[in-house]
Amino acid sequence: MPEWWTYTLSDFLLFSPRTYYRLIQRHNEAVWPAHLVTLILGLVIAASLARPSAQRGRVVSGILALIWIWVAWAFVWRRYATINWAAGYLAWLLGLEALLLAWIGVIRGRLAFGWTPDATGFLGIGLIGLSVLVYPMLAPLLGRGWHQAEVFGIAPDPTAIATVGLMFLVGGRARSALLAAPALWCLAGGLTLWAMHSPEAWLLLGTALSVPVGIGAKRRPTQGARGRPAP
Amino acid sequence: MRPTRRAVLRAMAAGTAAALLRPLSALALPAPITRPIPSSGERLPVVGLGTWITFNVGDDPELGDECAAVIRAFFREGGRMIDSSPMYGSSQAVVGYGLRKLGSPPSLFSADKVWISSGSRGPDQIEESRGHWGVSRFDLLQVHNLLAWEEHLSTLFAMKAGGRVRYVGITTSEGRRHREVEEIMRTHPIDFVQVSYNVLDREVEGRILPLAQERGIAVIVNRPFREGALIRQVERHPLPSFASEIAAANWAQFLLKFIVSHPAVTCAIPATSRVAHVIENMGAAAGLLPDAALRRRMAAHVERL
Repeated sequence: MPEWWTYTLSDFLLFSPRTYYRLIQRHNEAVWPAHLVTLILGLVIAASLARPSAQRGRVVSGILALIWIWVAWAFVWRRYATINWAAGYLAWLLGLEALLLAWIGVIRGRLAFGWTPDATGFLGIGLIGLSVLVYPMLAPLLGRGWHQAEVFGIAPDPTAIATVGLMFLVGGRARSALLAAPALWCLAGGLTLWAMHSPEAWLLLGTALSVPVGIGAKRRPTQGARGRPAP
Repeated sequence: MRPTRRAVLRAMAAGTAAALLRPLSALALPAPITRPIPSSGERLPVVGLGTWITFNVGDDPELGDECAAVIRAFFREGGRMIDSSPMYGSSQAVVGYGLRKLGSPPSLFSADKVWISSGSRGPDQIEESRGHWGVSRFDLLQVHNLLAWEEHLSTLFAMKAGGRVRYVGITTSEGRRHREVEEIMRTHPIDFVQVSYNVLDREVEGRILPLAQERGIAVIVNRPFREGALIRQVERHPLPSFASEIAAANWAQFLLKFIVSHPAVTCAIPATSRVAHVIENMGAAAGLLPDAALRRRMAAHVERL
């Protein structure tokens, strides 16, 4: 890119905030009541985290894989790509995340989710709480109304934050591979929201920045998880 | 050759019919100020319509209708040039939607761009863009941000020779690659050059605008309001009293009149998604334009704000 230093974030913003948030609203209206399904899937994940086991690791991985396929296709590919030509590439990246989750977590059973009382564990639970409980409240709190609420399993931003949080509850090297796509999404999405002057940018950028911290932190063995250790 | 009496009568009848066919609202509007395209003499209103960000609304029917209303108001106010690019997401398709709703206005001056790193894929992209617009051919095709400009210019000149586009141009923005722009202006027979220019960003006054005048190249001005930031910056202050000397009723008209009063500028292309704003913008193409002395005063005033 010639004279790259002359570019600012706003030079890469292709749409207005109004267009973007209406896109989310139209998606919410189109897929309702899928929100109830993702809520139930979220509760299943929470229950699996409370009593971790190898089998439950497969269940959580499978749910996450399904959710990413759904979000990548229904939102990123079919909707977001209509206003952002780069979204098509991101949809493939998120599809790859789903395949990795299915391969590593479901087929090979290498993901044992479980909370431990260490820095990574607190960070992981904190991000999951942020994604599921706080993120949907932001739209109404910021004056955009419930119709534009971004919900885990429906919109990519809270789904990416929750995925990063869940990967912090997994040990082993596999989580680095599984953190790449959601971390990249958080970075790209955070920069987009920053250019749009949206306060949510902080949450996405903070999540992206937490990834190297979470990977670097030494994690205690998960209590109760009897799955094979991750490679 | 002197016109024959029959020709004069036919022209008068055609003029009368055209006036009767125009909507009453249009009759009340004064014709906008126009400037000639140097390579042909064809005149264009000095204010056009950009589509960057504002028309990229995807398949949202409500926002698409708002953009169509902007296009309708633009033509009602006497506008002609609409500028878009394959880089602008769904903007081309939204322009096409608005034009179809209006029944493809014959006064449209369609300006689009080729933006792809592969020269050989340029013709396919242009054809796709033409399909989005729903026009039989583009009036103007420009190489967007000089991307693969040598290959694309070769394609565009061949298209012009074959009658598949009327004018050829290049674009840049935010002051980038001006040396290359100058070089192309000197060495290639382009009809248009598109650059960023506004009351605070005046670098092009030094070399590119004089070169355009010297070489007979029309100039399109993008980012006249710095994507709205300039308007937001000055709107906190009252219009100076001397704005009335050029009939600038608001800051948008003040800023646009500064741009289009430069003798090298053919047309500025502010982008908006609001009908009220397009009417304001088109108002800059009416009334008086500042002379050189007043332009200096305008620039100094905005710099002090």
